[in-house]
Amino acid sequence: MPIQFQINGKATTVDVPEDTPLLWVIRDDVGLTGTKFGCGIGMCGACTVHINGRATRSCITPVGSIAGTAVTTIEGLTQGGNHPLQQAWVEAQTPQCGYCQPGQIMQAAAMLREFPNPTDDQIDQIMSGNLCRCMAYLRIREAIKIAAGNMQADAAEGAAGGNGHA
Amino acid sequence: MLKFLTDKTAPTTDEPLSLSRRGFIIGMTSVGLTLAFTRSPLSLADPTTAVAEGAFEPTIWFQVNKDGSIIVNITRAEMGQHIGTALARIVTDELEADWDKVSLRYVDSDPKWGYMVTGGSWSVWQSFTPLSHAGAAGRIALIEEAAKRLGVPADQCKARNSRVIAGDKSISYAELVSDGQISRSFSDEELKKMPIKPASERRAIGKDTRALDIPSKTNGEALYGLDAKVDGMVYARPIIPPTRYGSTIGKIDDSAARKIPGYLQTIQLEDPTETVQGWAMVIADSFHAATTAVDQIKVDWTPGDTANVDEQALIDHGFALIDKPETGVVVVDDGNVTKAFTEAESILQQEYITHGVLHFQLEPVNALALEKDGRWEIHTGNQWQSLILPVLAKALGVSEDKVVLRTYMLGGGFGRRLNGDYTVPAALAAKALGRPVKMVLTREDDMRFDSLRSPSAQRVRFAFNAEGEVTGMEHHAAAGWPTQVMAPSFLADGISGGKYDPFAIQGALHWYSVGSNRLRAISNDLANATFRPGWLRSVGSGWVNWALESAMDEAAHKAGQDPVEFRLSRLKAVGKNAGSAPNSVGGAARQANVLRRVREMSGWGSQMPTDTGLGVSTSYGQERNMPTWTACVARVHVDRETGRPTVEKLTLVTDAGTIVHPDGARAQVEGASLWGLSMALHEGTHFENGGVVDTNLNTYTPLRMRDIPEIEIAFIDSTETAVGLGEPATTVVAPAVANAIFAAVGVRMRELPIRADAIREALQTKTDTA
Repeated sequence: MPIQFQINGKATTVDVPEDTPLLWVIRDDVGLTGTKFGCGIGMCGACTVHINGRATRSCITPVGSIAGTAVTTIEGLTQGGNHPLQQAWVEAQTPQCGYCQPGQIMQAAAMLREFPNPTDDQIDQIMSGNLCRCMAYLRIREAIKIAAGNMQADAAEGAAGGNGHA
Repeated sequence: MLKFLTDKTAPTTDEPLSLSRRGFIIGMTSVGLTLAFTRSPLSLADPTTAVAEGAFEPTIWFQVNKDGSIIVNITRAEMGQHIGTALARIVTDELEADWDKVSLRYVDSDPKWGYMVTGGSWSVWQSFTPLSHAGAAGRIALIEEAAKRLGVPADQCKARNSRVIAGDKSISYAELVSDGQISRSFSDEELKKMPIKPASERRAIGKDTRALDIPSKTNGEALYGLDAKVDGMVYARPIIPPTRYGSTIGKIDDSAARKIPGYLQTIQLEDPTETVQGWAMVIADSFHAATTAVDQIKVDWTPGDTANVDEQALIDHGFALIDKPETGVVVVDDGNVTKAFTEAESILQQEYITHGVLHFQLEPVNALALEKDGRWEIHTGNQWQSLILPVLAKALGVSEDKVVLRTYMLGGGFGRRLNGDYTVPAALAAKALGRPVKMVLTREDDMRFDSLRSPSAQRVRFAFNAEGEVTGMEHHAAAGWPTQVMAPSFLADGISGGKYDPFAIQGALHWYSVGSNRLRAISNDLANATFRPGWLRSVGSGWVNWALESAMDEAAHKAGQDPVEFRLSRLKAVGKNAGSAPNSVGGAARQANVLRRVREMSGWGSQMPTDTGLGVSTSYGQERNMPTWTACVARVHVDRETGRPTVEKLTLVTDAGTIVHPDGARAQVEGASLWGLSMALHEGTHFENGGVVDTNLNTYTPLRMRDIPEIEIAFIDSTETAVGLGEPATTVVAPAVANAIFAAVGVRMRELPIRADAIREALQTKTDTA
């Protein structure tokens, strides 16, 4: 039965068994491969996407359960890949092998919506669901702080300037 | 196809293998200037072996295009070490190129690249000189051409930032390449005389820059093996047999799976290479269908002989082998060891155990295999193309020139993808089906099929004389030997016969003066039969340095000396520990230096809070011929109630000689030290019924962000030979942590991973016996 949802702002319809994990639908049917497969049990975070803005492990999310929602992947986080987190990831030279990083960035983006100025403890607790096997944790933490700082500064500037782009 | 228009004796790339085996050839092609390197790279740890392995092949290093852009060919696997950036920086420096114009091309396997392997922290060390020469040769050719064009003598020209400058005149590389007729060759003799810049003239090496592979790893664009696809491919998931070797399939019942939409069939693999034995592959039109089908299919196996092997049997077998003096291979024997022990006033003897460590590279192994125009393509990430290509050729029944490995980013290497065994079942399935097959292992499959770090058993002994001085030492180490199983031509010769796996013992050929020393390496044949032992980040150094540096600490305490002082007094740059040019200049003195430095940085000797201690450890890395001098101090607090150790801080000092890409180097030490910590406290598996019990993150628990301590890292400022960085820091953390636990609460941990329960029990025993 066809399942309809939005992916990165575009309406899409897939015709696959409803129990198919969203991860494989995104990768193999929609054709966006930035979202990765790591453990298949929701414990490594490499498959993290946003569903209606919430960070979700797509490897344990049956596609049948997300009909009608808006799915965002790393490719759709922003146009042009210039989200403050992505810029900070480059500034801090965070990725090593890079395989987990789309999931890390999607998890961090959701976190910063909830906690725009996260404490170290909040970062550690929320990001500990995402495994980085290269153990680039110091730089993931650093990049999140850089991005949070830049986003706060932008927001303050936006408020002061009244252009409201934040 | 690139064309060389060089001197009249130079052939074209239509016959790449017949190129002169020596020197460089520089010539113009339709796209610009290309430099071919036709001397054997300084290959591998043992050049003699490299020659035997056929490493003498021409290699094309870089090209300067007509628009001035520069492409550096990268033959090493990119797996997080930003190796392409480091190698391109070496070329850039001598070429005097504009870094902004440099890009990387990760190449597919081809004999013209020479021997392809990425491991052993060798890449920069092996490539530094040939890449420097390549860059310098390019610069010289461009300057000579510019001199002609500018009408000045070449010795009045200099090159900077992709321009040749003579007084107030200058010309860009782009202009020289687009209009010029550059043709130049460099003989082997010229190359030998070609000077490499003094460190003071370096403009790229040692200067910070951003890694070129990083941006695509933040936006989903980087392509890994998992992302490979072609039209018409089917998906495959294996059904992993109960034992690594020797399982045979009796009957396959797929009746239940046939109801699964997308399920196609299950095939039994016949593998002439015996890489995979007793494998069935489930074929479907989606990975989900293949995955769910596997769970519905019943396979009747006759398992192999190791179906009942458990962890205790592996460890017990290791110690039983150690107990037999005639087993194993003597790697070091200074003579008079027996005498030292016979005449000893006292002897310290301890045994150390490490349990298996799974690679858990985050991207499960996978491969896409297809035949196209009579040639087999294997799309996957791999670290040792030259090792698996002959195996693939045999599996497919074709000659090696009919197989190519297409290159992708690696979602983690850590040594797992040195063993390319995972490419074979994909190739066999594609051949059997006559269509492209994309095989993906689930995490559970990947873990069961892993070539894990072998469990190990070790015994270390020290002889002390009446004055309390160490007069002799013995170290016996038994473990599965990856090189024996997978690459026997890389085994090394023991000093009194026999061959040993250098990668399974390196790290124990230490630089301490301990009187008479004997080192014995033992292959655990039960381990080799039960699983395929793997090379895992730092390989043997990961377990031998655990025993060595724990034992050094125990010896220091027995001698009543400070553990740092005890080590320093034995790190003397004399005799065999004096070091030699070019790789180990300074010898043991450089190891002493990192130790002194880490002592200063870590506050060694300062008052610690209750149940908190500092522990030290040091290493030369893996190879005496490529020492990376490393020292670590761990500060650990132990909760006496639970036994839980909290690593509060790691301080690390590294002397890796010249540092090519400083930020990348730091990232390697950060990652390696946390790997060391993860293996010390958070990982470790064990065998039951012939297989590992941990197959996913529900029970296998690598370190997470919340577990990381404060980390302070320093590098020794050095212009000595650039050596390896990816692994040494992994080897020092576990012993430093164990030594810190001893300093904190007085109990000695001799088994890795260190579990809170073990500390608690040891504390309890200590209290009971006190």
